[in-house]
Parts: sequence; structure tokens; C-alpha cells
Amino acid sequence: MKANIKTREYTTVSEVAGPLMIVEGVEGVAYNEIVDIETPSGEMRRGQVLEVKGDIAVVQVFEGTRDLNTSTTKVRFTGATAHIGVSLDMLGRVFGGTGNPIDGGPEIIPDLELDINGSPMNPSARDFPAEFIQTGISTIDGMNTLVRGQKLPIFSGSGLPHNELAAQIARQAKVLAEETEFSVVFAAMGITHEEANYFMRDFERTGALERVTVFMNLADDPAIERIITPRMALTTAEYFAFKHDMHVLVILTDMTNYAEALREISAARDEVPGRRGYPGYMYTDLAGLYERAGRITGKKGSITQMPILVMPQDDITHPIPDLTGYITEGQIVLSRELHRKGIFPPVDVLPSLSRLMSGGIGDEKTREDHSGVSDQLYSAYAEGRDLRDLMAVVGEEALTERDRKFLSFADDFENKFMTQTRDEDRTIQETLDLGWELLSLLPETELKRVRAEHIPKYHPAHK
Amino acid sequence: MITEGKIIKIAGPVITANGMRGTQMYEMVKVGANKLIGEIIELEGDTATIQVYEETAGMKPGEIVESTGGPLSVELGPGIIGSIFDGIQRPLKTIKDLVGDYIERGIDVPALPKDKKWKFTPTVKVNDELKGGDVIGEVQETSTVKQLIMIPPNLSGTLKSIVTEGEYTVVEDIAEIEGPNGIIKIQMMHKWPVRSGRPYKNKLDPDIPLITGQRAQDTFFPIAKGGTAAIPGPFGSGKTVTQQQLAKWADADIIVYVGCGERGNEMTEVLKEFPELEDPKTGNPLMDRTILIANTSNMPVAAREACVYTGITIAEYFRDMGYDVALMADSTSRWAEAMREISGRLEEMPGEEGYPAYLASRLAQFYERAGRVTTVGTEDKISSVSVVGAVSPPGGDLSEPVTQNTLRISKVFWALDASLADKRHFPSIDWLQSYSLYIDSIEGWWKESIAEDWRTVRDEAMILLQKESELQEIVQLVGPDALPDKERITLESTRMIREDFLQQNAFHEIDTYCSPSKQYQMIKTIIMFQEHATAALDRGAAPDSLTALTVKEDIGKMKYIPEAEFDEKIKEIQDLIVKQTNEV
Repeated sequence: MKANIKTREYTTVSEVAGPLMIVEGVEGVAYNEIVDIETPSGEMRRGQVLEVKGDIAVVQVFEGTRDLNTSTTKVRFTGATAHIGVSLDMLGRVFGGTGNPIDGGPEIIPDLELDINGSPMNPSARDFPAEFIQTGISTIDGMNTLVRGQKLPIFSGSGLPHNELAAQIARQAKVLAEETEFSVVFAAMGITHEEANYFMRDFERTGALERVTVFMNLADDPAIERIITPRMALTTAEYFAFKHDMHVLVILTDMTNYAEALREISAARDEVPGRRGYPGYMYTDLAGLYERAGRITGKKGSITQMPILVMPQDDITHPIPDLTGYITEGQIVLSRELHRKGIFPPVDVLPSLSRLMSGGIGDEKTREDHSGVSDQLYSAYAEGRDLRDLMAVVGEEALTERDRKFLSFADDFENKFMTQTRDEDRTIQETLDLGWELLSLLPETELKRVRAEHIPKYHPAHK
Repeated sequence: MITEGKIIKIAGPVITANGMRGTQMYEMVKVGANKLIGEIIELEGDTATIQVYEETAGMKPGEIVESTGGPLSVELGPGIIGSIFDGIQRPLKTIKDLVGDYIERGIDVPALPKDKKWKFTPTVKVNDELKGGDVIGEVQETSTVKQLIMIPPNLSGTLKSIVTEGEYTVVEDIAEIEGPNGIIKIQMMHKWPVRSGRPYKNKLDPDIPLITGQRAQDTFFPIAKGGTAAIPGPFGSGKTVTQQQLAKWADADIIVYVGCGERGNEMTEVLKEFPELEDPKTGNPLMDRTILIANTSNMPVAAREACVYTGITIAEYFRDMGYDVALMADSTSRWAEAMREISGRLEEMPGEEGYPAYLASRLAQFYERAGRVTTVGTEDKISSVSVVGAVSPPGGDLSEPVTQNTLRISKVFWALDASLADKRHFPSIDWLQSYSLYIDSIEGWWKESIAEDWRTVRDEAMILLQKESELQEIVQLVGPDALPDKERITLESTRMIREDFLQQNAFHEIDTYCSPSKQYQMIKTIIMFQEHATAALDRGAAPDSLTALTVKEDIGKMKYIPEAEFDEKIKEIQDLIVKQTNEV
């Protein structure tokens, strides 16, 4: 971030509370303006104006309010809203949560200065995402297909391998026709050093680091900083995608920490809380991040988003996953039960969904039988799972021959289709053939969701 | 009179200004150096609280607030159809041509193109006595829609002059009427404040169904023309697809689709798909009868609060021409949340879950603008506005305030269920929870146009489904073998109702739309199977041989039979049912 020359300095801090600071007697202060703060010991911090009322400004301090006092703290209003200087040199670099390089490399010489809040993309300028991304993971490619320009979050629980899954996707994701690799913009919000190291090692190991840009706000960094970290990352991604025609995959982790920071500020401002103390505007705020994914008509680049969030108590109805699910185009849900069974990746396909799937699959994109196979696998697996519950009550003997076939289908589905190794990169053809192989366990008359003309063509019994 | 005030406080989308004496509640104002559009929502002394329809970052106290003298209004006239507007009726395509792919602030663009000429054909003569709502001419706006140019509802008088047939812009004077207050010039376009409903003569009972081509809706939970329906459901349960299916196939003349705080890509999908899809009634592109209002979730929150009003005012305008209009609002929860957000910034005392205390009355006012009416004007035209509102209850919990307050007003409830969606049962309308209060009033239409016994067949199917849920509980406890033979046949029939009738694939070229007569024949066929199979059982047939009949597969494929061949093929299936059940 760059400071503007036209600064005005005040020492009139009247109140410091939580992450907020109130400055009095100010003049010409703009809403959302960035401020530089000099603590009594001379340390520099950043803040942003949250509210102005006459000559009083409420400022949120990104790096925390520790050590600030009401007598000698200096506050400089920069006259500019939060900006980030972007350039292609940012590829392969690591930045802190407020956008300063932390990898020991040189400062970035900006090509452009961009407002980190962006502007809403005009819906009539959008291009509908319809290009299949092969992630090499059967449960995603086959049944919850990701397309370029989509925002598809991973809903996880603490202790589940969402980082491994995200790293694998970042490594393997490609668009079939072009074989171009994605540039990855990685924004960490409040994750631990260990988790951060895991990603960094994985990027290094696979040689991906040169096409990765990292923004890192770790667990011991100030929580308020998390408000701007994803915005910096997305602004950079927009620059790469729409100025330099790159295909960018943005990984945001962990959105739960972001929402907690939002709640902290809201509480400090004595706002009327919504559900579970989260502010009423959280939906709008989250949408301001997620909606920055997409494609633009006439532009080559794209932004695909994969936010990761840890659901508190694995509860999908918690406000954070709930509001996220209403904005994003589907969700990949990880299941503790599958994880306990030793299945990797433990993607529970039943609550998972990709809303943009139908546009990205089918003849010429993946294969003509894709949607039928996917629907059939879904309903057969759902039926198998229901029968499992029934069997627990009435015993296996009470089930019919047909029911037993569905039961064994569900087992095979978990062990063969869902399960894959951490480096296994299945092509979509392999995934679909595997689907047919499993479906052939069921009587052919049960295959109502696949098109009749596809059965002789793809069913193993007809080959 | 133009009042100029000064900003004293800025907090997100809400600002406070003083020096505003003389302004009115809900007056539109221009705020700050960028002249952002705002609306006064609170007045106290000379201080006004204003909600701003654009991003307020960078704004400073001391900047000027200018009043405009009028309330937030929409422009009504030729040029509306096929457009995509934001929440305050700014045309998004024009904005894109002007400033590029992102929406910048303070853009001042007219809602309707002012330079485009339309071919106007007058239909009245000089000296005719005209009332508000009377048609004075026509413009064929798109291949599907003929816009009738009306005297604005609040004017009346004697026609003094009218232009001849020819090409005119929407702002040129085309007629003069002499009323009690002198001569008034009439243009093709007029303005109407969004927060006041357009007048009508009287409201009629909705007794004609709005045919949607969706089996679960039309047969089991129908909505009437002029009716209101709510679709609550957790995310991923298919609200948007359901709404889009209605927008595509409902037999209304005009569709207003309001994307309120939803995803940008969904609007893009509609924008891409609708020009290519054919209107089943006219064969013209669907876009030719559609108006889109898009205020996506990342666009300013105050405009989201306004967008449903913009939508319904446009809908009422077409209603006044005598058209049947259907408005889809996706989602009213986002609208309610926008109200909550603004209310929170005003530091109002919150009601339930932080929503303002006036939530219920605002929802009721909005839904009450729907209805089947006799329009104003000399000639009585009967037309309607139907409203379908999606509700996005947090966590799928239907006890939350927006769902509950909506249910108190809307007459049809299509409850979407997450567990059905997980099984890929689409549309995931829960047949036990959903209801429609229009069944009795529209029964007559079905009897007259489709079949005398429609109601009996439909009720029979509903009873079977009810029965199934009871039987499923027993099966869960003791297993399917413990059921008597008769009940096993019932379960077979209800499985057919669920899988072969209720499930409808929106992405299948034939199944996506199902005509009323096809719907009737399909459900009738399943009920026939139930009756004949039960009769065969009474004659001593083995239940296993009945559940193994091959006609079951034919029933399963009914939905994929094209409309043209349907009558013939369904006869064959019905004959097969009789034949096979007699043979066992």
C-alpha cells in the first residue's frame, strides 16, 4: 500500500477500544480512507476509517491497538482508500496480510495502483462459466464438476484433510483443451504456521511456486488485518486475469477466521448483531469477496475461487457456511464419517453440489454420458446409504436381493470411486468408466437416469 | 424547489445530512461530489437520513446533498422489454458500453433510450374523452409484445390533439389532453414512483391457473394468475432452477425476473439462455417477453432494498395494458436482509433476529401488489400480476422471520427440501409440507379444459403419497416384508408418482415442459396402475408378479414422450396396464 503525499496529522485520539480508535477534531476525512498511525514508541501501523460524524472519525486499526494511547499517538489521514500496487513481478512472491513482501525479496514496483475493494462486475459484462476444469479427483470431476470462473468452496471440519485436498486441486487443475496451468493466488487468513508451511512446501515440491502469489496472515497476526488480506489477493487476481489474460485459481483459507474478524469489529462498534453475533451485513460483505470470481465477455482470463472454511462443530447451518453456500456456486462438503473410515478425499457427494456443472459437461466438453452417469451414481449411492440405515434396524436378512445390490454398490462406490491417493490424477474418461463399472453391479432396469442409448455404448456388459 | 444540504455523518450505505428542511420522505437526492443517487428514509428537524444506492467509500462530511423534488421513480414506456436493469432501473448494458466491465459510481444514464424512435400507431381520435389508463396508441416493441401507450393513471381529460402514425422517441409529445387543470402534454413514456402501487378498479378472485409446465406445481400445488407463491429452501435445494423454470415456461405474457442479492453468474445464465429459448406460446425468443432486474449480492445494498419495488412497478405497468404478468423475485430474503442492514445502520430497535419491526408489513405490502384486477380506464380489462418469491431461510430453518411472515401472506407454499435435493429428486418440492390454497378456485378451469375427473385423480394421488409416508415409518421399523400385499402395491404406485411424475428434469429437452393434458394423462395412468394392480390382487394374483410387470418401465419413460406423440403412446401404455394386470 502506498501513502498519499497529501497527509494531515492529528494527535487527537480520544478513545481506544478493542480494534477501534476514535479521533476527534478532524477535518475533511473520507469514509473508508486509510490512515497511518504512529504509536508512542514510533512503530507504524495502518488503519481504515469506519465512520465519520462531523469532526469525529472512527478508525479500525489493522495491526491491533496495543500500546496506543490518547496523548501521543499520531494519526495521519492519507486521503486515499485502501490501494495495492500490482505488477506481474508479484508472481512467485510472498506477502504479509497487508501486502508488504515478507520473503526477503525487493519491494514491488507497481504497474498499477488498484482499489482493493474493486467494483461490482456488471452482470451484463459477465460471460457464463462453461469450461470444464479437470482436477483429477473423481468425486469432483465426475459429480461436482468445477468450471473456469466458478466459486466453489470446500466446507470442512477441524481435523479433516481440506488442506491436502486444496493443495492437490491447485497442483492438478487444468483445462483439457489447452493444457495451460493455472496461476494460483493464495490468501491465508489466520491459519497456523504449520498449515502455511504445508502449502509452501507443496508449492515448492511441485515446482509450482513460480506461478503462485501468496498473501499470508497467520494465526498470530492481528485479526483485523484479515479483513484486507483477501481483498488484496482478489485485486491481484483480477489484475492477472483481466489485464494479463491469465487463468487464476484463488484459494482463500480459512474464511471462518475472516468472518470471526468481521464479528470482532462489529461487536467493537456496538452494532446490532444478527445470527450468532455476526453482523447483519455479513452476507453483503462475503458476497463482495466471492462475487469477484468469474469471466468477462471478450477477455481471455478468468478467476476461479476455492474458499476453504472450517464449519464450527461440522454444522452446515452455522451462519458462515450457510451464507457462503447462498453466494457460491455450490460446495464440496468433507465428511468426518468418511474420513474415519480412512477414505481420502472424504468428499461426501450427497450434500456437495456444483451449480455450474451442467454447462461445463457433456458432448465435446467431457463426454456425452457424463450427466446421466453422475445422476445415476448420486441416486444409487443415496439409496445405498438409506438402506444401510435400514439394515442397521431390521438386519440384513430382511432386505431383498435388489436392496443388497445397492448396499454393495454403496460400499464399492466409497472404496473405489471416492478413494484415491494424494497424487492420483484421474482423467475424466477414467472417472466415467469407473462410474459405469460400479453401475454395472446394479440391474440394468434400475439405470433410469442414464440415457437408454448410452447403455450399449458404455455399459461394461455390452463391451 | 431544490434544497442543498451538507453531509455530517457517513456510515456505510447510510449518511446523514443537515440543511435539508423542505425535503420529503422517500424523496430522491443526489449525494456528494459524485452525485450518487440516494433516498431520504428519515427526517428530523433539518437533518435527513439518506440511504445511498452506491458505494460511499471516499465520501467526506461537508459534501453537498442535492434534492431532486420527486420520489424514486421508474420510467415506463417502450424500450423496457428485453432490458437488464440494476435495482434503480439503470440499464446495465448501457453502463457497460459507457464505463466497461465494472460498474463505477455516480453514472447517470436514462433508464429508457431517449433517442430511439418507435413506430407509434394512434388508436383514438381528437375530442375523445379519456380517463387515466385509456390506451391512445400502440408500439410493437418486440415480436411478442405490443406495448399499449396509456394515459398515465392519475390524468384524464379531452383529447385535443394526437400525432399521426409515425416514428417518435419516448420523450416527444404525442398527444395533448385538456383536463380540469388545463392542457397536459402526453409522451410515450411516463414516470411512476416505485413505492406506490398503480391503481386498479377492483380485485378479482384468481380462478385461472398460471400454467407452468411443471408437474409438481401445476397438478399438486397450483398457483393462480394473480396469485402469490413462496419458495423457501436451503441453499442447493434448487430455488433458482425452480424460479428459472417458471420464468421460462409460465403462460404469462410478460415475465419480470428480479435477481435480488443473488449470484452474478445466474443473471448471466438468464441473459445468455433466454434469447435462445423459444416461448412455447408464440415461438419467439423468451427474451422478447422478459425484463430482468439484477442487483447481485456484491452490488450496493440499498439498491437491493429498492429492486423489488422497481420490479413490481414495471409488472403493474404491463398489467394495466391488460397483460398477465408474472414476477419472480429471487430472493426476498436478501431484500429483507437489506432492510435489516439499513435498519441496523439507523440504530432502530430491532425485532426478531435483528430484522426491523416493520418487516411483516413491508412484506405484506409487497405481496399485496399482486392480484387479478380490472384495470383503470374506460374499457374494463382483466389482467393480473402473479408473484413468486424465493425465500432463503438461514440454515434451512423455516421458523425464521422472513419465511414465517411470507407464509402468512402468500397462498402457495412450495417447500424445497434438502434431503430430496441430496437424492437428486428435482424439483425438490416436499409434497407433504407444500400446499396451495388455489386448488378449489381453479378446479373449474381444469374440469372445463382438461378433464372432468381431474380433481379426483389429483386427490387420489395425494392420498397415496400421504399413505406412503405412514407406510415408510412402518418399513423403517419392521422392514418391507412385514407389509400386507396391498400396501406393497401402494408403495409401488407411490414410487411411480415420486420418480415418474414428480421428478422432472429441467435440463432434458422434452421433460423440461409438460403440458396440462400430458400431466393429467400421466398421473391418471399411474392411478390406473394402482387400481388395476389392486383389483388383480383381489382376484388372487401374487404381489411379486405384479411388481415385476414390464409396463412399469413404460410408465417410467412416459415423461420423455414428446407432446406430439403423447396421446397415442399413452393409450398404448394404458392398454398394456389393463392387459398385463389381467394376465397375472
